[in-house]
Amino acid sequence: MSAHHGSGQHGGGQLPSTFDADKVMGNVYDSAVVRRLIKYLGPVRSDLGLGAAGMVMRSVSTVALPLLVGIAFERILSAVQTGDLSGLNTIVLIVLGVIVLGWGGRYLEELFLGYVGQKILYRVRTQMFDHLQRLSLRFFDQNKVGRIMSRVQNDVQQIQELLASGMLNVVFSALTLVAIAVVMLVMNTHLALLTLTVVPALAAVTFIWQRYARQAFIKVRRAIATVNAQLQEGIAGVRVTQSLTREEINSEQFDNVNREHYSANVRAARLQAVMWPMVEILTALGTALVIYFGGRQVLAGEMTAGILVAFMLYVRRFFEPVLELAMEYVEIQRAMASGARIIELLDVEPEIADAPQAIELQAPAKEIKFRGVSFGYTPGLEVLQDIALTVDPGETVAIVGRTGAGKSSLANLITRFYEVNSGEVTVDGYNVNSVTQQSLRRQIGVVTQDPFLFSGSIEDNIRYGRLEASREEVIEAAKKSHAHDFIVRLQRGYDTQVGERGENLSAGQRQLVCLARAILANPPILVLDEATSNVDTNAERLMQKSLRRLMKGRTCLIIAHRLSTVTHADRIVVLEQGRIVETGTHRELLARKGLYHQMFGALSAPDLSL
Amino acid sequence: MTILLRLLTFVRRYWWLLLLAFICMMASTAFVLIIPLLISRSIDTVLGDGQTRDLIWLAIAVVAAGALRGLSAFGNSYLSEVVSQRTAYDIRNALYDKLQRLSFAFHDQAQTGELMSRGTSDVEAIRMFFGRGLLGLLQIGILFIAISIILVRLNWPLALLTMGFLAAVGWRAVVVARLLRPIWLHIQQLMAKLGTILEENLTGVRTVRSFAHEQEESRKFSHQAEVLYDKHMLATRKRAFNISLMVFLVTIPIALILWYGGREVIAGNLTLGELTQFVFYLTMMSMPVRRLGFITNIVTRTISGGQRILEILDTESAVKEKPGAIELDGVNAAVSFENVTFSYDSTAPVLKNVTFSVQQGELVALVGSLGSGKSTIAHLIPRFYDVSGGRITIDGIDVRDVTLDSLRRNVGIVQQDTFLFSATIRDNIAYGAVDADMEQVVAAAKAAQLHDFVASLSAGYETWVGERGVTLSGGQKQRLAIARTLLINPRILIMDDSTSSVDAGTEHLIRRALGELIKGRTTFIITHRLPIIRNADLILVLEEGEVVERGTHNDLMARDGLYRQIYESQLSVADISGEEGPEANDNQVM
Repeated sequence: MSAHHGSGQHGGGQLPSTFDADKVMGNVYDSAVVRRLIKYLGPVRSDLGLGAAGMVMRSVSTVALPLLVGIAFERILSAVQTGDLSGLNTIVLIVLGVIVLGWGGRYLEELFLGYVGQKILYRVRTQMFDHLQRLSLRFFDQNKVGRIMSRVQNDVQQIQELLASGMLNVVFSALTLVAIAVVMLVMNTHLALLTLTVVPALAAVTFIWQRYARQAFIKVRRAIATVNAQLQEGIAGVRVTQSLTREEINSEQFDNVNREHYSANVRAARLQAVMWPMVEILTALGTALVIYFGGRQVLAGEMTAGILVAFMLYVRRFFEPVLELAMEYVEIQRAMASGARIIELLDVEPEIADAPQAIELQAPAKEIKFRGVSFGYTPGLEVLQDIALTVDPGETVAIVGRTGAGKSSLANLITRFYEVNSGEVTVDGYNVNSVTQQSLRRQIGVVTQDPFLFSGSIEDNIRYGRLEASREEVIEAAKKSHAHDFIVRLQRGYDTQVGERGENLSAGQRQLVCLARAILANPPILVLDEATSNVDTNAERLMQKSLRRLMKGRTCLIIAHRLSTVTHADRIVVLEQGRIVETGTHRELLARKGLYHQMFGALSAPDLSL
Repeated sequence: MTILLRLLTFVRRYWWLLLLAFICMMASTAFVLIIPLLISRSIDTVLGDGQTRDLIWLAIAVVAAGALRGLSAFGNSYLSEVVSQRTAYDIRNALYDKLQRLSFAFHDQAQTGELMSRGTSDVEAIRMFFGRGLLGLLQIGILFIAISIILVRLNWPLALLTMGFLAAVGWRAVVVARLLRPIWLHIQQLMAKLGTILEENLTGVRTVRSFAHEQEESRKFSHQAEVLYDKHMLATRKRAFNISLMVFLVTIPIALILWYGGREVIAGNLTLGELTQFVFYLTMMSMPVRRLGFITNIVTRTISGGQRILEILDTESAVKEKPGAIELDGVNAAVSFENVTFSYDSTAPVLKNVTFSVQQGELVALVGSLGSGKSTIAHLIPRFYDVSGGRITIDGIDVRDVTLDSLRRNVGIVQQDTFLFSATIRDNIAYGAVDADMEQVVAAAKAAQLHDFVASLSAGYETWVGERGVTLSGGQKQRLAIARTLLINPRILIMDDSTSSVDAGTEHLIRRALGELIKGRTTFIITHRLPIIRNADLILVLEEGEVVERGTHNDLMARDGLYRQIYESQLSVADISGEEGPEANDNQVM
C-alpha cells in the first residue's frame, strides 16, 4: 500500500489506475491513511461527540429493553399472586423512558453523524478542487479527466462514510455485544456461558462468509464495470458499428459479458442467501439452549421465567452487531483504498508555483523575449531548441511550421503553462518565473483552436474574460467580435444556455463568443492559435475581421495556418524541428526560396497576391 | 400499472422459478411464525407443571423450525435473485440490440449519458423490483395478516392495539419515503451539477489558466458544493427526525403490551407465554414495516425506469430493410443521386434536389462550408438516413431495395470523429472484419500509412488503445479509421475529413497513400485539403444544400465563384511537399 502513495509525488505524477480490482480494497488499518484522515475530524469534534452520545444512548436502550421486559414479566407474575399493580406500572414507565432514550439517541446519532459526514464531504471536496487549481498543466496532460473525477467524487464519498459513521459503528457494535454478554452473565452466569457459545460460532461463520462474499462482490463490481463499458462503447461507437455492419458480433459480445455479469451476481446471491440458514440455525440453537437449560432451571426454581424471556430476546440480538462488524470490515477496507487515493492526489506538488518573492507584473505588458530557450514535454526529447526571439511592443509575429515543429509549445511557454528546460522567457524584461502566474496571465490573452465554453449563459461565457464587467460591456465586446448579431437572433439572446447541454452553437459561433471573451479581457498581449477547423464561410469572414481589430495595438504572437494571416503579420518566424530556421516578412521569405516558400509559394501565384 | 404489467412479460419466461420462490417465501413465513408459538409454549410449560422431556421436544422443534426457516429463506432469497438477475440480463440484451440497430436519426437526438443511465440505473431499479420489491411486498402483507389473525385469536383488543399501531407506522413510512424522494432527486441533480463544474474545470483547464481564474473557479465550485451541502443537511435533518420517530413508534407497542397485556395476564385472560408471543411478533414486524417506504420507492422507480426502457424498446428504427430486399453484389460502384432531398426532422431541408452521377472508379471531392450538406451526402449513400425525396442508386439499384448488410459492406465510410474501441490496435483495425488474419491487418495498416507508427510501439499491434489505453493523435486515429475501412475492402469509399484539418503529417501520409486507396474504388472525399481536391475527377461545391458548382479544379478556378472564394479563405495550406514531419511529436503529450 505504501508503495503506491509513497512514490510518484513529484510534479506531473501520474495517478495509478483506479480500475485495478486489487485496489478496490486496502488494508483494514493503514496508519498513514488514518493519520491523515483523522485530521478532518478535528473541526467536527462537537458534532462527533453528540453523535457518539446518541450512539451510546441507543446502545443502552437496545441492551436494556430485553432485560426490562424480563423484569416486567416477573412483576406480572408476582402481581398474579399479590394483585398489586404498582410494580408493573413502574416498570412500564421505565420501559417507556428507555424507549424515549432510544428515540433521542437515534435522533442525535442520525443527525449529528449525518452532519459530520456532510461537513467532511464538503471540506475534502473543496480542498481537492482547490488543489487541482494549483496543479500544472503537465499533470492534466498525464491524467485523464475521468480518473481525476472519480477521486473527487467516488473516493470522497467512500471515506466520508467511514469517517462519519463507520468507525463509530465498529466501536459500538463491539460494545453492544460486550454489554449484552455482561448483562447475561450477571443475570445467570451458567446459562449465559452456555448461550454465548453461539456468538463465536456466529462470528466465525460471518467472517469466513464475509471473505467469500468480498471476493464475489469484487467480481460483481468488475462484471458490472465491464458491462457498462461495453454498453457505453456500443452507444458511442454505434456509427462505426453500423457502417461496418458489426451489429451481430457486438450483440454476441455483449451477451457474453452480460452473461458473465449474470453468473457473478448469481454466485453472489447464493452466498448472500446462504447467510440465512446459518444465522437462523445458530439463532434457533441459542434459543433452544435457553429453552432447555433455562427451562430446567425455571422448573427447578433456580431462575425466574422473566429472565428466561430476557435471554430469549437477547439471543435474537446477537446477530445484528456481528453482521454490522463484518460489513464495516469490508467498507473500511474500501475506504482505506479511497483514502490513499485522495491523499495521493493532495500530495502531488504543483510543478509550477509562484516564486516566494514573485512580484506583480505591471499592466500593460508589452514585450516578449525568448533567450536561448530549450524545452521538452518528456525528458530527453526537446521540442524547442535554443530559441531566441523578441516580439516588440505592438508587433504581430506569425509562427509557421509543420505539425510538431514546436509552435504550440512556444505559446505555452509565454503563459508559463510549462517550465523551460534552459534559457529564459521574459515579458517586459521580467523573467516569467519571477512574476506571479496570475498577474502574468492576466496580461496575456490566449485564443485557441478549440473554443471552450462553460455551461451557462452566453453572457456568463463572455464575462468570463472580466468578471466585473457590466452587461453593457459584455454586449460591447460581443459587438466588437461580431458575435452580437447572431446572439440577438437567438431566442433567448444573451441568456441562451450553452455548453454541456446546450450545444446549440456552431463551431464558428463558439469561436466568436470566445473572441468576445478575449476582447472583454482586453489583454495587452495576445497569443493566438489560428483555427483551421472549418467554420462556415460567413463566420470565417467575421472572425478574420474581429481578429484584425483585436490585434491592433497589441503585441501578438500568432500560430498561423493561412496565407491571409501571414501576409498581415509584421514578421514571420519559421520553425522546423524546434528551431527557428527563417525569419522575415512574407516577401523576404518568399524570395529566400526556403522552407517558407515550399509551404506558401504555391499559393502565392500572381493571380492570388493579396 | 400498464408499465408494470408490460415489465412482467419479461418475467413470464421464468414463471416457474418465481413460483418456486413464492413457495419458499410462504414456507419461510410459516416457519418464522412457528418459533414464537414454540417459545410461548415453553414459557407456559415451565410456568405450569411441565416436564424436562417437554422442554427437549420444544428445543428440538425450535431448531428444526429455525433450520427449515433458514432453508426456505435461502430458497426464497436465492431464487428471486436469480429471477431478477435473469430479467435484468434479458432487458439489457434487448436494450443493447435495439440501440445497435436504431438508425443515426435516433442517436443524433439521444445523449450517451442519458442512454447509459437507462441501461444502468433504470435496469437496476427493475431488477430490485423483481428481486425484493414484488415478493417483499407480498411477504409483508402475508406476515401482517397472519400475525394479526394469530394475535386477534389470543386477545383481540391488544392485537388491534398492536397491529393498528404497526399499520399506522407502515403508512407513515410510505409517506416519509414519498416526502424524502424529491429531496433526494434534487440532491442527485445538484451532484450532477457539481460534477459538471468539476468536469468543465478539468477539460477546460487551459481556458481557466489562461484567464487566471483559478480562484474564481474555486469559489464557483465551493459555492455549488455549499448548495449541495445545505440540501444534504436538510435531508439529514428530515431523515434523522423521521427515522428516529419511526423506530420510536415501532417500539412503543412494547410498553403498551406490557401495560395492558400485563393486566390481562393478571386478570387471567392471557398466559405469560401468550404475552411473549406479542413481544416476539412485534419485533418480527418492526423491520418489514420500516422497509415499506423503501419498497414503495422501488415501485415508483420501477415505473419511471420501466417507462424509459420501454420507450427505447418501442422505438422503430427510421431505416428499415424492405421485406424481400436483395443482396447487393458484383458491384461496379456507379453512384447516382436523382433529385435527392433530405431533412433531418421536419425542419428546413438540408439537401435540395441534389442530382449527380459518378462513374466507377472516380474520385469526387465535396467542398462547402459547414452545414452545406457535405456530410449528409456521405451519410445517405450507406443509408444511415433515408432520403426525404428522390432516390440514390448504386449501379442503378435503389439503396432502399438492397439489404443493409450488403449495402454497407460495399460502402466503406471513414467518419469525421474517429471512434476507437477499448481494445488492441489490431482489434480496432479488424473491427469490421473479425476473421481477417494478421497479414491482412498489416496490409491495411500499411495502405493507410499507419504501419510504421504501430511498429514503433513496443507492443505493436497488441497495443491497447481507447479509454484506458494509449492516446493516439488525431492523425493516427484517422489513419486507423482508414485502415479499418480498407479492411472490409469496399467498392465505394467515403472519407469525411472535414474537421480534422490539424494534422499536416497525416495530410501528407494520406496523400501519399491516396493513389493506392482509391484504386478501383469510387471515392468520395469531404475535405479542404488542396492537393487532394486538385486530383479530383469531380468537385461538387455545396451551399445550403444545393450543388452550386461542379467541375474540376481548373474549371472552377476559372469560374471565379464560390469555389474560388473558399479556396482563398479556407483551404488548408499546411501541407508541404517535402519529407514527412517528425512523427514522434504527433503525440507529444501522451
